[in-house]
Amino acid sequence: MAEIERLVIHSGEGGQPFNYAVGLHGSKFLTELRDNKRLMGIRCPACGKVYIPPRRVCGACFVENTEWVEVGPKGVIGTYTIVRYAFIDPETGHQKPVPYGYGFIRFDGADTYFQHFVEITDESRLKIGVRVEPVFAEERKGTIRDILYFKILD
Amino acid sequence: MAKRVAVVGTGQTFHKSHRPDVNGQELINEAVQRALEDADLTLKDIDAIVIGNMDHFEGINYVDCWSVDGSGGTMKPIIKLTTGGTTGSTLAIGGYHITASGLFDKVLVIGWEKNSESDTTGAITTAFDPVWDRLVFAGAIAALAAEGMAYMTEFGITDRDAARVSVRDRKHACNNPHAQLRKEITIEDVLASPMLSDPVHLLDVCPRTDGACAVIMASEDVAEKICPNPAWIWGTANRHTYTYVGDFKLGEIDSMKYAAAELWKKCGIREPRKEIDVIELYQPYSFAGIIWIEAMGIIPRGKGSEYIWSGATDMGGELPINPSGGVIACNPIGATGLIRCAEACGQIRGKADQRQVPDVKLAVSTGFGGCYWTDILLYGKKKPS
Ligand SMILES: [Zn+2]
Repeated sequence: MAEIERLVIHSGEGGQPFNYAVGLHGSKFLTELRDNKRLMGIRCPACGKVYIPPRRVCGACFVENTEWVEVGPKGVIGTYTIVRYAFIDPETGHQKPVPYGYGFIRFDGADTYFQHFVEITDESRLKIGVRVEPVFAEERKGTIRDILYFKILD
Repeated sequence: MAKRVAVVGTGQTFHKSHRPDVNGQELINEAVQRALEDADLTLKDIDAIVIGNMDHFEGINYVDCWSVDGSGGTMKPIIKLTTGGTTGSTLAIGGYHITASGLFDKVLVIGWEKNSESDTTGAITTAFDPVWDRLVFAGAIAALAAEGMAYMTEFGITDRDAARVSVRDRKHACNNPHAQLRKEITIEDVLASPMLSDPVHLLDVCPRTDGACAVIMASEDVAEKICPNPAWIWGTANRHTYTYVGDFKLGEIDSMKYAAAELWKKCGIREPRKEIDVIELYQPYSFAGIIWIEAMGIIPRGKGSEYIWSGATDMGGELPINPSGGVIACNPIGATGLIRCAEACGQIRGKADQRQVPDVKLAVSTGFGGCYWTDILLYGKKKPS
């Protein structure tokens, strides 16, 4: 069979020209994480739900969230998976570090789940309901990568 | 007052993992030609076109513009709809709304995708929040796996129970010449296939497919003149519930629960399990075949697996699900929800050949996407009152 010559489109080493705003609420979460290793949620004045990540509006009630509450830092695994299939992360152009633990963590005091890496040094310890705590980066920059991963406590 | 609307013709490509012999507009054209032939109409008869896909899969925007050679849209009113995984079912709902408006009598609805032309997981990732979702996000499979894991833990089912759903759909697909994967598999095959994302194996999930589907909808003023036995659209519903993936309810799908409940109420369905004859479920992984029929109100929560094992949803059972083989056998994503519509209408019209369920009076199709949102449509042999 003749070799097929394919059209290849490269972006080279060029970055992606996106410049996202996280809003005032997202900023508060990220700066508190960076500066004080504190995790800030926000409570809906109507239904009482505590949101992580914090956001301006509770969509279900359609009212402005006003009451900041500190949550965590410990929490519980609500659900999880262990990602084993290899794929290219479009954020970086590199393969995601499979296998990795993908946790939906409910911080103590929060009602929604925070998605992050969970340790899988011993896969049998990762279960729904186990308690976890964040391992913070030494040098923090104000992104959710300021948490390196979650450590299983139980 | 809105017009009643019926499906009077459908067309599909023979879906494959890779169609390097055609480009996008040529693939679209195959489905459109077949739909026109099925309805015995020509392009001149078409008043408007609704078309859609997920543009980030091909990296080419504005299919409404560049596909006119294939779609037949030259110098016709066209709009594009794109809603992620639900694109195909949203096209069906949008086509229904436009036809029901009375402004257009005959509307051509087209869904398509060439998933072979990019990296599916990478493209899906771009549909999620860059700040909060993407760090751990791993496409559709991992998020669905997390749902499956939560349900499995709550109700004590296993991956063997889910595998039974894959076995069903892959068996059904053998009756469908349009399906991509037409080879039977066993429960052992599913369990022995690579673990992609616990508890989901390779054979629990949908493939990537190139394919297109076209559906022609007509208002009640012309429907029966075009087609003696059209499939009437009785009603539609949809629900969006969440912003971020971490907002979801674990192991449940609220959007399906509330969309289905609304649809049954609007259409006077009291006992969906008994009244509905066939379902084409947008089921991207096997566990959904258990969890989502519970949310739909077919079977009480926690009882889905038992119902699947009973054979009730197999061909010849009480309520066959996915006679076409469903999404696990074939998934050209922007077409997938519309294929469910075409297949459900084929069942009503008695045109489903080897995959026909006898005497179908009511059929349902669904769509699923993104942060667990749902579209659902009900079709009937009888003109709705
Ligand atoms: Zn609220």
